[in-house]
Amino acid sequence: MTVPTTPAPARMRTVTATVNGVTRSAETEPRALLSDFLRHDLGLTGTHVGCEQGVCGACTVLVDDVPVRSCLLLAVQADGRRIETVEALAQDGELSGFQRAMRDEHGLQCGFCTPGILMSVTAAEREGLTAEQTTTEVLGGHVCRCTGYQGIRAAIEHHWQEAGR
Amino acid sequence: MKPPAFDYQEPRTLDEIVELLARTDQDATVLAGGQSLVPLLNLRLARPDVVVDINRVPGLDGVEVADDAVVLGAMARLATLERDPVLADALPIVPEAIRLVAHPQIRNRTTLGGSLCHADPAAELPAVAVALDARLHLRARDGGRTEEAAGFFQSVFTTSRRPEELLTAVEFPRHQGFRFCFEEVSRRHGDFPFVGLCFGVRLEDGVVTAARLAGAGIAERPLRLPAAEAALVGHRLSGDLAEVLDAASAEVDPPSDIHGTASFRRGLLRAVIRRAAARLDQGGSR
Repeated sequence: MTVPTTPAPARMRTVTATVNGVTRSAETEPRALLSDFLRHDLGLTGTHVGCEQGVCGACTVLVDDVPVRSCLLLAVQADGRRIETVEALAQDGELSGFQRAMRDEHGLQCGFCTPGILMSVTAAEREGLTAEQTTTEVLGGHVCRCTGYQGIRAAIEHHWQEAGR
Repeated sequence: MKPPAFDYQEPRTLDEIVELLARTDQDATVLAGGQSLVPLLNLRLARPDVVVDINRVPGLDGVEVADDAVVLGAMARLATLERDPVLADALPIVPEAIRLVAHPQIRNRTTLGGSLCHADPAAELPAVAVALDARLHLRARDGGRTEEAAGFFQSVFTTSRRPEELLTAVEFPRHQGFRFCFEEVSRRHGDFPFVGLCFGVRLEDGVVTAARLAGAGIAERPLRLPAAEAALVGHRLSGDLAEVLDAASAEVDPPSDIHGTASFRRGLLRAVIRRAAARLDQGGSR
């Protein structure tokens, strides 16, 4: 059996990105995932890490407005990009419209999957997708083990109705 | 669940990419969309010396439509291709199959070239490439070559692409008069299917005059079904397809694995052929 040799420490890189409207910069290894960069280097622990293989959707953030898995992007790939995380949704302590709908419709219990869902649905709302597209295609990219999805679907429908879409 | 250490290279031109890939002193992996590679890194199933990130190289994601072929850049994201109105008109089977690949959040990053080079035997797009006889354009420092899809896919996660080569574009011939559709059975929408089928026919007065069938999940690579294609000729899609189904069952030797037995997959292949025929009989995709 061969024992993997310990590789030499990789050269550190500086990653600079606009995160939730603020220019943030930190040193990181090239192998660092964007999810870990956000949580460990920038202290933004609202982005949750579940499966680290792109399946669960908990770590979904917006990169240049597009929802992506932050566990499947290297932090260095985010250099120069605009990133939005769940911390950006509430303004001055006021929940966003969809956050309120999630609370009103019991769209979460343990809350682990919630940040990813909030980001995907926020992007769907901005993109002008229908409630039907959002409750099927978009929500299909997220795993929730508490709610059976009923509360989340109700929150999407309620929020879309309220906005007259 | 974290990637091993690697050297990270971020070329800005195609020449720089192939120069990096030509180095023989290191094991280099191309990072395109990263939706298969990064999970493999996280699981440490891949341990490359160098990751060559080609995301900042312009010009590799074009959509070009000519009379006889559609050429798609290898770096075209599936989310972009899915919504491209020109592609939807010229080659609707591609966006149709793309909508079966994973979820929108994944398709926002996944690239056509990455999906083909990863060569998962159950993946939809390799089966489409094989059904349409796509031609894959490969570039190395010392020149380029073109490979037919049938020869490109060799085995599970294995293609004829050499380590020093980059897939730059995929050329899909437009099969005049054909209509295609994609049918599959998967455990959940967005999962890799147990069995998938790209099904194309040319009809004259409702009678099949030519057929192109390629299956996913039925072998270690996407496979054409020549016996089923031959059996289809002369039949009506609404007619008795028993002969076609038997020909397909007889010409495949599907794997038995944790996801399903060989006989289960054979049954599913018959089911997707019936469904695809029924859909194309009702119009289906072009």
